[in-house]
Amino acid sequence: MDSPARLACILFTTAAFAPGQSVYPIANMFKPEATPADSIYNISMLMLAICAAIFLVVGGLLLFTIVRFRSRKTDNSREPVQVYGSNRIEIAWTVIPVLIVIVLSMATARAVVEVQNKKMPPDALKVTVVGHQWWWEIRYPELGIVTANELHVPQSTLAKPAHTLLKLQSADVAHSFWVGQLSGKVDLIPGITNSMWLDPRRTGIYLGNCAEYCGTQHANMLIRVIVDSPADFENWVAAQKLNASSDPQLEAARSAFLSLNCINCHTVSGTAARGTFGPDLSHLMSRTTLASGMIPNTAENLRAWVKDPQAIKHGNLMPNMQLNPRELDEVVTYLASLK
Amino acid sequence: MTPAIAGGKMDTPKQAGSFEETSLIQQPDWVLPDRGRVGVLCLIVTEFALFSIFVVAYIFYIGKSLTGPTPSQVLELPIWATICLLSSSITVAIAERALKANQIQRFKLWTGATILLGLEFLRNTAVEWRHLIHDFHLTITTNLFGTTFYSLVGLHASHVVIGLSLLLLTFILGLRGSMQGQSRRFELLSWYWHFVDGVWVAVFTVVYVIGR
Amino acid sequence: MAATTHIVGLGEAEGVSVPSKLHDWLVTVDHKRLGILYIGTALFFFGVAGILAALMRWQLAYPNSTFLTPEVFNRLFTMHGTTMVFLVGMPFFAGLANYLTPLMIGSRDMAFPRLNAFGYWIFLMGGILLYFSYIAGEGLAGHGTAPDVGWFAYAPLTERAFSRGTSTDYWILSIMLTGIGTTASALNVVVTVISMRCKGMTLARMPLFVWLMLVVSSMVLFILPPLTAAQIMLLLDRYLGAHFFDTQAGGSAILWQHFFWLFGHPEVYVLMLPGFACANEIIPVFSRKPMFGRAAMIGATIAIGMVSSGVWAHHMFTVGMSASSNIYFAVASMVVGIPTGIKIFNWLGTMYGGKIRFDTPMLFCIAFLFQFLIAGLTGVMLAVAPFDWQVTDSYFVVAHFHYVLLGGLLFTLFGAVYYWFPKATGKMLNETLGKWHFWLLVIGFHLTFDTLHFAGILGMPRRIYTYAPGRGWETLNLISSIGVIFQAAGVACLVWNILRTLRKGEPAGNDPWDGWTLEWATTSPPPEYNFAALPEVRSSRPLWDLKHPEDPDWRYE
Repeated sequence: MDSPARLACILFTTAAFAPGQSVYPIANMFKPEATPADSIYNISMLMLAICAAIFLVVGGLLLFTIVRFRSRKTDNSREPVQVYGSNRIEIAWTVIPVLIVIVLSMATARAVVEVQNKKMPPDALKVTVVGHQWWWEIRYPELGIVTANELHVPQSTLAKPAHTLLKLQSADVAHSFWVGQLSGKVDLIPGITNSMWLDPRRTGIYLGNCAEYCGTQHANMLIRVIVDSPADFENWVAAQKLNASSDPQLEAARSAFLSLNCINCHTVSGTAARGTFGPDLSHLMSRTTLASGMIPNTAENLRAWVKDPQAIKHGNLMPNMQLNPRELDEVVTYLASLK
Repeated sequence: MTPAIAGGKMDTPKQAGSFEETSLIQQPDWVLPDRGRVGVLCLIVTEFALFSIFVVAYIFYIGKSLTGPTPSQVLELPIWATICLLSSSITVAIAERALKANQIQRFKLWTGATILLGLEFLRNTAVEWRHLIHDFHLTITTNLFGTTFYSLVGLHASHVVIGLSLLLLTFILGLRGSMQGQSRRFELLSWYWHFVDGVWVAVFTVVYVIGR
Repeated sequence: MAATTHIVGLGEAEGVSVPSKLHDWLVTVDHKRLGILYIGTALFFFGVAGILAALMRWQLAYPNSTFLTPEVFNRLFTMHGTTMVFLVGMPFFAGLANYLTPLMIGSRDMAFPRLNAFGYWIFLMGGILLYFSYIAGEGLAGHGTAPDVGWFAYAPLTERAFSRGTSTDYWILSIMLTGIGTTASALNVVVTVISMRCKGMTLARMPLFVWLMLVVSSMVLFILPPLTAAQIMLLLDRYLGAHFFDTQAGGSAILWQHFFWLFGHPEVYVLMLPGFACANEIIPVFSRKPMFGRAAMIGATIAIGMVSSGVWAHHMFTVGMSASSNIYFAVASMVVGIPTGIKIFNWLGTMYGGKIRFDTPMLFCIAFLFQFLIAGLTGVMLAVAPFDWQVTDSYFVVAHFHYVLLGGLLFTLFGAVYYWFPKATGKMLNETLGKWHFWLLVIGFHLTFDTLHFAGILGMPRRIYTYAPGRGWETLNLISSIGVIFQAAGVACLVWNILRTLRKGEPAGNDPWDGWTLEWATTSPPPEYNFAALPEVRSSRPLWDLKHPEDPDWRYE
């Protein structure tokens, strides 16, 4: 990655990027912000308590044993008493683990059912996430919205609960959707539709990653879940529903864009660009990042990306389109207008 | 708490001697299972596991093909082939008994019969496959049925080929008079052959009976 | 009792030329030499895979590092994992089993010496083929060289459409070859143990080492075929247009996962049990007490062998199985932790009341006990499916299995090296260097892997070639990478120790540790025929009976 992009990245990650929104870059599973993550947190605490107790007891016994029964120079050369076993002790230390397993099993079963078999209320927001090598296609089928890499969901409050049901599919290989503060991960497997649900309590931007190795740029298939207040979410939806902006002053730039091969892979709503191989660009500038969360969405980065995507995200499936400077200017000008 | 302990009273210490001296037990009949038999059984176990996975894949994909011919459209029960192969288990058992009784002529006869029956089975498979490929255009790449069918039946057929090669070897050695006293080894080969026949029973059932 | 005539040992023959010695090693069917070849090769590949790991840790020490390209990094983690499992773990099992089993059961060699040699050479062939991919894998337009699909090679990433070139084929074929070698070894061990025990050695009287090798070998016979079958299916997909894992044609990507983990989960027990086998021999001898609860240890091992085949989908909790499937696999995985945990208690019971000597083999086993305890506990945690939903495919799992395989298996294997090296070569490894090895490794191991648990909890996924700053992962990764230096230094001590000792080490004698199993009843190194006269035994500790005729074990068994 070249140094302007790198610098931008460093600045980006230390600043709150979107206006007025907190960024939560540390996906700490022990700081849950949604019910699925809560369920996992609760069972994890029980499990940790049990395991910590076992560790202290057994580890303590081990430590005691090696100290107390170490051979000393002053020892006589007699072998110690040869003990072959003890039925009573052995039964005890079989029964206790069995009891622990029973307790932990029941708690686990409950947590599994709580998360997996949760019945979604009929007004749950439905989102389809399609994993691609190395970006996320995000569709809101009931709202008619298609976007990429940044998932907007409404905040869920006690007063107004708001659930989001994600349907997870893959266009190529196996991926996995993981935003630790909101939920456990669920895989995106080609040929199968999996589902997961969220009801985030706190607004902000939560970072996540693809968690199933999917090829060269698996590391840079990042996720941003943007939890909006109900009002902000409405505004976002309204803006996304509109066709791509079509400023008559940018007619030249638009024609240039539409005449180049971009339209083979990308969609811009309301135009002839109907490609589905790459991300939908209709509202590109409403996104905070480019290249699936890799670099901030600035004018400079946008230009660098369109000029040579391989230099930023080597191996990704957008080739260097070999645009000459004039074409580059026009494309970038046009893209920068797609708010 | 009374664990079993050693180290109670001290007997008069004896001189540490050789193993023979400390052995007070009579164990004249220390007989362990024959190496060859255990070995072939282990081989059969591992091959069984291999076939199981292909059978599981076959069953998993029954009815899941998106296109193309289905089993009921193209498969016919291979009765003759099955009779041949299963009879060859009988003939190989007779050959084995003959070799044990040192009846080399009888051994050669029945081994030859086994080989012929095995070859007839393979010929049948070849005819069936030609029919499937040429007339129904079913290949390994046509659909899931084609994929699982050819791989499972083919894996079995490859094991038949291996078995036949070994049987042919023993037949030739029999012709040269080198099979005297080798009944133990031939028995092991016959176990392998029985296994291959047993697998065919499973393949037949899954592919031609259940799968259709 | 022991032979007193000078036995020609390893390379001691006078007037024998180097080519002749080399030839002897190339054509040998002697289980001891093959065992040494296996272990030597395993140590070599361990060094190679360690270097691959060191490169990865250098890359991950800093965020956004450009030390390695993503393509190189992805090949590194694939080769590291594949090498460690198939070219280090499995040959250690084969080497130890082949070297020690005949000696411990009082026989002259394995049941099938030539099969033994075949197994070794085909394994080596597989290893060479895998690394040959670095040179020759360069396929279509820069796709290649070495495989880069992860050591478990999930479909459909491995299908032709997503893995062009031949790099994936090197993974498939080399593992098939090593698999054939491993199966051959396993078959040989099972037959040897069943059919070649010396007089009086009933199955109940076999050393626990032999018991565990028997269980491991039986497991191998069952579990390797699913992997081989899946690989054959993948080859058919890639070359003959089959559709086993081709999701476009209705094939199932999950089917690969099921087949792979049917192999993969029992495989990790196959890797770990030989470590237990070594601990079972070392801990009693250095505590000066018999194994506490021998029968339970055998029972627990068999239980592990059986139950471990039924828990494989705990690697697949996130693929979308039903709640009932997830619950079943969660519970079963916890259940399999019970016999494993019991073993720790039995080891504790063995040490309790003993007179513990802290020679290097025992130091490694004591560290193993602590580390395996933690590894087992993180394993139980991972069995809790909801927790696994968070941390699977993250550095928590990476930390867990390195705790098992490095903190557990490797520590016991190193202990075994120090314990049996004198028997194999007739020379004692240097204790001081051994202790340096131990402490450096302990420090390095904990620096590297304790931190990674937390990285996983903070959301760091596996198999990423870099990460952005600000995610909470920088410090943890830096500390983790620093640990590599200590580990490398520790292993360097071992290598130096071995080389130095081979040159001029202290003579060991037959029985330097005052052991109780039959291998200590012959010379160090043993003659090619192992024993002058085949032994006859009456208990599970024949040498204890000889050394303590007033109080033999057979009175109590």
